[in-house]
Amino acid sequence: MVSQLIDKYFRTECLPHIWCPGCGNGIVLRAIVKAIDNLGLNKDDVCIVSGIGCSSRASGYLDFNTVHTTHGRALAFATGIKFSNPNLHVIVITGDGDCTAIGGNHLIHAARRNIDITTIVFNNNIYGMTGGQYSPTTPTGEKGTTAPYGNIDYNFDMCQLAKSAGATYVSRSTVYAANMIIKQVEEGIKNKGFSFIETLTICPTYYGRKNKKGDAVDMINYLKDAAVNISLYEKLSEEEKEGKIPIGEIYRTTRPEYTEKYEEIIKLF
Amino acid sequence: MADKNIVLMQGNEACVEGALIAGMRFYAGYPITPSTEIAEISAAKLPKVGGKFIQMEDEIASISAIIGASLTGVKAMTATSGPGFSLKQEGIGYAIIAEIPCVIVDVQRGGPSTGLPTSPAQGDIMQARWGTHGEHSIIALYPSTVKEVFDTTIRAFNLSEKYRTPVILLMDEVVAHMREKIELPNPDNIEIYNRKKPSCNPSEYMAYRVKDQDIVPEMASFGDGYRYHVTGLVHDEAGIPTNDGNIAEKLLTRLVEKIENNVDDIVEYEEYELDDADEAIIAYGSTARSVKSAIETLRERGRKIGLFRPITIWPSPKKQIESLAKRVNRITVVEMNLGQYYLEVDRIAGKFTNVRKFNRVNGELISPKDIISFIEEG
Repeated sequence: MVSQLIDKYFRTECLPHIWCPGCGNGIVLRAIVKAIDNLGLNKDDVCIVSGIGCSSRASGYLDFNTVHTTHGRALAFATGIKFSNPNLHVIVITGDGDCTAIGGNHLIHAARRNIDITTIVFNNNIYGMTGGQYSPTTPTGEKGTTAPYGNIDYNFDMCQLAKSAGATYVSRSTVYAANMIIKQVEEGIKNKGFSFIETLTICPTYYGRKNKKGDAVDMINYLKDAAVNISLYEKLSEEEKEGKIPIGEIYRTTRPEYTEKYEEIIKLF
Repeated sequence: MADKNIVLMQGNEACVEGALIAGMRFYAGYPITPSTEIAEISAAKLPKVGGKFIQMEDEIASISAIIGASLTGVKAMTATSGPGFSLKQEGIGYAIIAEIPCVIVDVQRGGPSTGLPTSPAQGDIMQARWGTHGEHSIIALYPSTVKEVFDTTIRAFNLSEKYRTPVILLMDEVVAHMREKIELPNPDNIEIYNRKKPSCNPSEYMAYRVKDQDIVPEMASFGDGYRYHVTGLVHDEAGIPTNDGNIAEKLLTRLVEKIENNVDDIVEYEEYELDDADEAIIAYGSTARSVKSAIETLRERGRKIGLFRPITIWPSPKKQIESLAKRVNRITVVEMNLGQYYLEVDRIAGKFTNVRKFNRVNGELISPKDIISFIEEG
């Protein structure tokens, strides 16, 4: 099954990928193409836009209309693509640093417009490509090469950020719950509006090693144990919530979509 | 004649009119003085022709969005001024290496930084050339009248499509805000260039391979069935990233040479009263208008002086400046900065004639009187 997906959706001449042994990015990428396959989208109608970083290299491996943009700007490029050709299914692949640090402004404004783009964040809590610097999602107290004494920043809850900014579909999953990623990407693509999907992935090479989190299996097991479905999570006491990560559909609403609203302006003339 | 289309128009307005004639159907921008009218007029006019306008969250987002739009086959433009132009350099570099046609208008104002926001200046000449990092060439055009803004904007789009490269349209606050009576040409008589698209079987499409008879690779639009990869990394002919030094050198050389080897096609200039001149002034944009007025007076007083006005600033009209340098005893470069284009002129002309500069950066125009005094004193 996996090899069928590879043959159908990957530029096999671009493989092997650059990701380290134990990296979780492949799980997320497989889930994305599986979701596209399940929805039966025509490859010519799919556009994958990515920024800069480990996860953003994914666009080059995929056989769609693909753009590997500048650091943080995937959503701004994607906005131009979707707005000028609304027939395309535009999917953004980005990382925690790319999306919420250098690209944070583009994230909140793409969400605010509710433009029909599905954003999938590979959150590994670290800048991996540059060698392990702390990111906006590195938990407080954890270490990075630029936080040798522990990170004193508070980390973002990026799902709450996207929800507050105006996203109409927001969800979170982990690389342990791979089938959940597939379902969420399908829901995100089907949602006519801005969809935000956070996938918690693992970086054993930098984040794991720097913070003594064990090997890839240990890190995935941590995600398995820490993740709690949102419906159960909400019933927990504040004490019980400590150390737990809510996953599942975080938020959903309906609001007019940006490119459709603009088409109404064009129709005035 | 009844069929003449004569209008009173502002430079920024003429820019939008020219862009629409050229085929602009997408504009992304961020408000900034003194370019804002370009965004405002685009916002009003684009939906009327089925085009799209979007005010993005910042300058970088704006250029990113027009690059994205261009990938779908749409002609796209953004406009800004100095502070925004600095921010757009990231996207300009991307559009250069990924070969994405787009037009970036920079209505210059006093700088650096926030500088003199409502005053004219010509301080972005070198930023237009070298603002983005890495080895590259660039096309930058600089009109001097409202009619020329209209024509040059069309030309900016045409060159952008032809050479698959970002084209910078420089203006100064004077040209942008000045109103002049102009006659708009019949759109049917205007030459419009559209990027060459592939006609091969999509499975055979090599997004960055240049066919023998072509200057640039054929460019497919996203959604047309030619799936390919676009990246700011050095890439091979299929568009796939590579660290191969030979491929890198070949790509960067091709990107520079597609412009530098076609200078004769790209360069546009005006020669004014140069036929019998033994002395020349080089100026561009609004400054060249003051120079023309000064030349009239200086000629009345017996001086054989003329103006060479580059409309294509980059690549510079090297051949023409060199030829001029061999004919005249002195060249004075007049500009509203402290001598940026002077550096280029002196590089080309310095070994043939005396090159000097006359500059101003106080936010005021250089008047004909100032130029006359400078020429007559020295």
